[in-house]
Amino acid sequence: MINLTTPLTKDKIKGLKSGDMVTITGTIYTARDAAHKRLKEMLEKGETLPIDLKDAVIYYVGPTPAAPGNVIGSAGPTTSSRMDAYAPQLYDLGMSVSIGKGYRTKPVLDAIVRNQGAYMVAIGGAGAYISQCITACKVIAFEDLGAEAIHELLVDHFPATVCIDAKGHNLYE
Amino acid sequence: MRAIQVKQVQNAVCTMVQKINYQYPSDIYACLQAAADKETTPIGKETLRILLENSRLAAEKHIPICQDTGMVIVFLRVGQDVHFEGGSIREAIQQGVRDGYEQGYLRKSVVSDPLFDRINTKDNTPAVIYMDIVDGDQVEIELSSKGFGSENMSVLKMLKPAQGLTGVKEAVLEAVKNAGPNACPPMVIGVGIGGTFDYAAVLAKKATVRPVNEPNPDPRYAQLEQELLNEMNALHIGPQGLKGDITAFHVNVEQYPTHIAGLPVAVNISCHITRHAREVL
Repeated sequence: MINLTTPLTKDKIKGLKSGDMVTITGTIYTARDAAHKRLKEMLEKGETLPIDLKDAVIYYVGPTPAAPGNVIGSAGPTTSSRMDAYAPQLYDLGMSVSIGKGYRTKPVLDAIVRNQGAYMVAIGGAGAYISQCITACKVIAFEDLGAEAIHELLVDHFPATVCIDAKGHNLYE
Repeated sequence: MRAIQVKQVQNAVCTMVQKINYQYPSDIYACLQAAADKETTPIGKETLRILLENSRLAAEKHIPICQDTGMVIVFLRVGQDVHFEGGSIREAIQQGVRDGYEQGYLRKSVVSDPLFDRINTKDNTPAVIYMDIVDGDQVEIELSSKGFGSENMSVLKMLKPAQGLTGVKEAVLEAVKNAGPNACPPMVIGVGIGGTFDYAAVLAKKATVRPVNEPNPDPRYAQLEQELLNEMNALHIGPQGLKGDITAFHVNVEQYPTHIAGLPVAVNISCHITRHAREVL
């Protein structure tokens, strides 16, 4: 098990290999379909993004509402391929790691190699388990999107597996 | 004639949608436990251990098992001697979904229009409702809340009759292979064979909600279910697609007569939770 802390700079990622089990501690951002669409629209208009992508981790998740007394609800990964249309541009802008579940397309793999980033997978359908390592959660952009808003999460030993590493090795292949 | 208040259906739906999001169905949970014993790869074993732990945490701490709490599908089988009282039965079902998702802190994942607006309805309605009139004076509610990681990987094919059993098996296995990690394996596979284009898909959906311990009554189809399961596990997709032994928990097949020129096959892919419940009023 490799324990990582954010920001996930290139020197922290370069040694990771496809299949490595890791934990992440620190700050990560959530975004899924609707938030990605808005980020793209902002970039097209030349606007400043609401999050700093440099060495950032984006987690593809749309959590359930937090019950009273809880930080967040169930918070497992969603299917990454729906973000494939947007991911290469975000890697090019500095995002170092995306976390989700499932296959990625070739342009995403190429962007990972080009930028020396990584794609990690979390366990799909383990939302209750994963929620236990999230210690804080706040909306930082697109609040009107509800579960699809961009949230900043503080995580403590978030469990993930390296799927595509900086050399382009893919665990699913 | 037996009178049933629509409120009874509403309350049942409200309770059922919450329960299935917090607790594995007992049949699927038994599959998960058996898989955790049987899996031989370290990464597969660890994944299944975490899924068991996730199930325990969900029930104990009252957190939904998965954040995709699904779109609700209701099969309502109404005895022809039943008379509903107290309002619209369709509205009662929708209200049950609305109440259950609000009270249960479940995610609202339904958009009002599939193509143009895609605005969240904010109460997880509407559910997809199938109503059948059957014999008797009871009302059976069977429902599921389907996550779309797996739903998106489902497939429908109009085969030629000459493709026969081999063609059906190929179609199912190809769908499972393409679904891979996206569908949150170990999967549950519902296969609908026959009928028409539309009805094959309904059969496949019905097959996903049929309990694991109720094999197809026709021994030929029961054998097909077993063979398909063995063949998909031989693909070594494994838990979460990380190359283990257990790719699927179970395969259910539902069949129906079809046209002389056709062999429709629908494959509805479901995840390792496969939330489903049945209740009779």
